[in-house]
Amino acid sequence: MFGTLVKKRDFYAGGLMTLLGAAITLDSMAYSLGTLTHMGPGMFPLMLGLTLTLVGVLILGTAVVTPLSNDENILPKNREWRGWGCILAGPIFFIILGEYFGLVPATYSCVFVSALGDRTATLKGSAVLAAGVTFFGVLLFSYVLKIPFPMFRLGH
Amino acid sequence: MISTALTDLWYGFGVALEPHNVMWCFIGVFVGNMVGVLPGMGPLATISILLPLTFGIKPVGAILMLAGVFYGSQYGGAICSILLNLPCHPPHAVTCLDGFPLTKKGRGGAALGITVISSFVGASWGITEMIFLSPILVVVALKFGPAEICSLMLLGLLAGSTLARGSPLKGVAMTVCGLLIGIVGSDIETGTPRFTFGIPNLFDGVEIVALALGLFGIAEFMKSVNQLSEVDTKYTNVKLKDLRPTREEFRRALPAMFRGTLIGSLCALIPGTGPTIASFVSYATEKKISKTPELFGTGMIEGVACPEASTHSSVQGDFIPTMSLGIPGDAVMALILGALMIQGIVPGPQLISEHPDIFWGLIASFWIGNIILVVLNVPMIGLWVKLLTIPYKYLYPSAMFFVCIGVYSTNNDMFQVGEVVIIGIVGYILLLLDFHPAPVLLGFVLGPRFEENFRRAMLISRGDILVFVKHPISAFFIFMCVLLIVMQIYVRLRPPKVLATNIVLATDRKASEAAE
Repeated sequence: MFGTLVKKRDFYAGGLMTLLGAAITLDSMAYSLGTLTHMGPGMFPLMLGLTLTLVGVLILGTAVVTPLSNDENILPKNREWRGWGCILAGPIFFIILGEYFGLVPATYSCVFVSALGDRTATLKGSAVLAAGVTFFGVLLFSYVLKIPFPMFRLGH
Repeated sequence: MISTALTDLWYGFGVALEPHNVMWCFIGVFVGNMVGVLPGMGPLATISILLPLTFGIKPVGAILMLAGVFYGSQYGGAICSILLNLPCHPPHAVTCLDGFPLTKKGRGGAALGITVISSFVGASWGITEMIFLSPILVVVALKFGPAEICSLMLLGLLAGSTLARGSPLKGVAMTVCGLLIGIVGSDIETGTPRFTFGIPNLFDGVEIVALALGLFGIAEFMKSVNQLSEVDTKYTNVKLKDLRPTREEFRRALPAMFRGTLIGSLCALIPGTGPTIASFVSYATEKKISKTPELFGTGMIEGVACPEASTHSSVQGDFIPTMSLGIPGDAVMALILGALMIQGIVPGPQLISEHPDIFWGLIASFWIGNIILVVLNVPMIGLWVKLLTIPYKYLYPSAMFFVCIGVYSTNNDMFQVGEVVIIGIVGYILLLLDFHPAPVLLGFVLGPRFEENFRRAMLISRGDILVFVKHPISAFFIFMCVLLIVMQIYVRLRPPKVLATNIVLATDRKASEAAE
């Protein structure tokens, strides 16, 4: 019984919500609860935390009663580690290069790295795409919308 | 009543026809139509990306543009689903069923033509409904106290989370998560920082742009990367003259259009049932009353006209509770409401009297926008069809840049870009666990107002929790909530055989599989 349970997606979904709900319930106790008439900052989170715990337990319950279906893989069939990594690396490059070198390097690196996530992407294709987006993006954001983000800078 | 509404509408046209407002409306529907056509980009992602760009413009222009993106993308999505059999947006899943067979028969152009006409008919009806219903709703809603507002919000949240796609329980869980994310930041009354983990950047709360872009941008990209196959452009050669339906096709589509419109407008009135459900119900109805139900799925023009009309009439009708009560029915409406709040406008029944320019200008712009859409779609069909062939591998990296810069520009704060990455990862994990993140946004937008009104209601009633069932209007809303829950349980335990919801669920699942 338990063996099939741990294969189910809803087991993890319900478990995650239950844990989250419990954590929030406990955490909201740290704020002052107040009375029902004069509610403190902790009362509303406490109620939500309890609701979430309940819903989580109910989802767990459905996992127990429903039969195991053959589509219970949580990760998709093709694990796109490269795609996922590149998509997440894009904004991280944007943060680091943007903070120290300015908008142009940030934009270029963000688009270039994200584009490499596609399996058919080539270095050259990604570089051209990144150059195009940088050109129009900087035009739009620096000249038209005038956001306060220097195009180039050194150090912070 | 009617004459005041018409005078107000006249005033609205005055606002919407101001040159810069027409321009924003045009940009909105143009961009909306474009991304609607592009496979792999939805209205939610687009509105979130455009949201930071609207901070610099006046509230009226901003709202006209964002609303334009929403209904524009519905137009564009139809092209994608009819010519490519790709339901880019859930409401169009049923349009594929008969639209694509028509394309294979060589009548794809006519199907598109019928789509344009039925969309316009549906939208016009939805707008009319909004003109006359909203003021009435407002008169009622202005009498609401905190207890009534609270129960109404509860009903809205519950409907939005249980009637949407996927398991209702998971929907509720997502809504609660949204409410919790709304809590992050300083408490409105005491100023106590809550759930901030001691990070000062979080004291102002989570930015709606970061949340929306994380959930509907980064998480969606992570889901779609390398998953979208090359589109088959065999049938996409559509010219302007192909759009003309034959007299016979038009005669058959016309009544279907009106039935679809009616169903869509009814669905819009029930909170939580957006365009998706409207289109499924109308298709099922059309099939049921048809003399030749067995021919559905092989290219019946009615099967295109009906869901398209109902989608559009419900898309416009969705604005009614959002604008007149301040309670959004789905995530898109929540985003538009969030945009209003960023502009410093308090949503709720007082919106129409305090900001008539926004309300009536928006309604008038719907007509203008829909006319622009017809004009854009008919002669420029060749361009839209070309757009279908833009591969996803160029699309998402460009969108990533807009995500980063958009989030940064809301507060000129790099911390928010980091926030969006974290939210994106969490969003993707939730997607993997079969949670649909749309209700998160609903909870997030309503959360702070819900808490405030709840506290106020309890203060007025001196801590009597039963206040919600003692006031008759509030009791009615609570009763509706209970009814909703009981219905959900009933449908789970004993699925009725011929009930439309069943068909909806089955087709929905099939369609979402087809989409993936």
